[in-house]
Amino acid sequence: MDDKPTAVIAEPPAVARRAAAPATSAPRRPRSQALLPFIAAAVLVAAWQILAQVFGLPIYIAPTPIQIAKTLVSELPMLMRNFVPTAIESLIGFVLGNSIAIAVAVLFVHSKRLEAALYPIAVFVNTIPILAKAPILVLIFGLGMTSKVVIAAFICFFPTLANMVRGLTSVNPQSLELMRVLSASRAEVFWKLRVPSSLPFLFSALKIASTTSVLGAIVGEWIGADLGLGALIIEATHNFRSPLLYATVFVSSAWAVVFFAVVSFAERRIVTWKQGEVS
Amino acid sequence: MSGPGATLAVDLDNATVRFTSERGSVTALENVGLKVPPGGFVSLLGPSGCGKSTLLRLVADLVAPTQGTVTVLGGPPERARLNRDLGFVFQDATLLPWRSALENVRLPLEVGPKKRDRGGQRTPEELLRLVGLAGREHALPHELSGGMRQRVAIARALVSEPRILLMDEPFGALDEITRDTLNEELLKIWRETGTTILFVTHSIPEAVFLSERVLVLATNPGRVRELVACELPYPRPLSVRETPEFIRIASHLRALLQTC
Repeated sequence: MDDKPTAVIAEPPAVARRAAAPATSAPRRPRSQALLPFIAAAVLVAAWQILAQVFGLPIYIAPTPIQIAKTLVSELPMLMRNFVPTAIESLIGFVLGNSIAIAVAVLFVHSKRLEAALYPIAVFVNTIPILAKAPILVLIFGLGMTSKVVIAAFICFFPTLANMVRGLTSVNPQSLELMRVLSASRAEVFWKLRVPSSLPFLFSALKIASTTSVLGAIVGEWIGADLGLGALIIEATHNFRSPLLYATVFVSSAWAVVFFAVVSFAERRIVTWKQGEVS
Repeated sequence: MSGPGATLAVDLDNATVRFTSERGSVTALENVGLKVPPGGFVSLLGPSGCGKSTLLRLVADLVAPTQGTVTVLGGPPERARLNRDLGFVFQDATLLPWRSALENVRLPLEVGPKKRDRGGQRTPEELLRLVGLAGREHALPHELSGGMRQRVAIARALVSEPRILLMDEPFGALDEITRDTLNEELLKIWRETGTTILFVTHSIPEAVFLSERVLVLATNPGRVRELVACELPYPRPLSVRETPEFIRIASHLRALLQTC
């Protein structure tokens, strides 16, 4: 058997805890299985098309996939014009929210007192639904892009904070003893032990944040915006332009999926070791 | 191996360690004395909870004595630790999973005070060859077997050329055959490097096979039962375990352990 391709498949941490399994016993995913979700999606879309035609549903209640596809093509310039601000807001919000979360997590790890003081507040703020937070933030930051960026950042913040605190503190105690025997400084323990240990935790949070940041930007646009996929969703709904509504939803989902795929790709390139392998 | 009057590698004088928690205090070690000359090989043997690991931790400056003194290479353990005179091998290899075998061996050269001039006579590559891992330098820990990971840990402990090697049941989790091989290799490394070795084990044959002397500890509280000499000439082939002298020492240790 050719060793190389199996070794590559063995890399993602999804197969964690298979203690030191030799590369040859790595699970192999046949190509036909990778196609399954696409086949299932095609079947569902086809069923939708047929059912909508058979029951003769009016277009404003449930447009058919073909009508939506036509709208996607004909309204593409307009969709793209609205896509750009949403993409920018979610991207900047993602970077901002996660950066602040990582910085706060680092502070918490270095000061238990700070963590005891601020963590409950972070939990409390997190319990406020985003739909309630959004209008407040729009009042503070105005109707421009800033408020959407802040909402997107807010929605990313908590999962990353919680995961990062766990990641930075879930260091194998024996590794800490090893560092002590080596007389490593606090900074060395942080950079050489805590940061790498936290990366798998960080990436699970970033994958969540990649999709929720898009959600945050869209919710922000609902409250008030001239341009953006969120604004377009509201407008299309109010005007009963259902094919346009569905096309807009499709574009925003596609963007979230691409965002998620990029983060997953980065994770696979960076976290090449197996999680949960303590020794 | 050392002239009279040479500084002892390890000198425990009436060392007592007590751990205090809310539920009361536990005496892990009581009035333990032990003198190990430079280049010596002493095994610590005893039932669970007899303080074998605590004794090792005393020397490594991971635990401080409640009473008594601990002298390592003529000074306090902290000095030995900061001078990087100590190498520690845990029961788990404790490799950093994101680092290759070679990068794990290099770790001691990258951290701690005066790390620049920490490199010893042997490079990390040479040490991996010494422990029989040539060709696996770039493998990640999860791609190595348990025995291979433990070899990496030994190479890592040797990279800063420690004068004392502290080993806490390093082969406890390995199968018999791997253990035999690593025991032989450890003796070879010991004779080549001349380091002092303190070796914690649960295994009587392992203790007799490796060491010059075996310190038997009794439990509750942890204290010295007897210091037994293993007068078998080095180099010791694995077949030494079938000699009458080996069996005599082993059965003496077994009898001692039954009264611990």
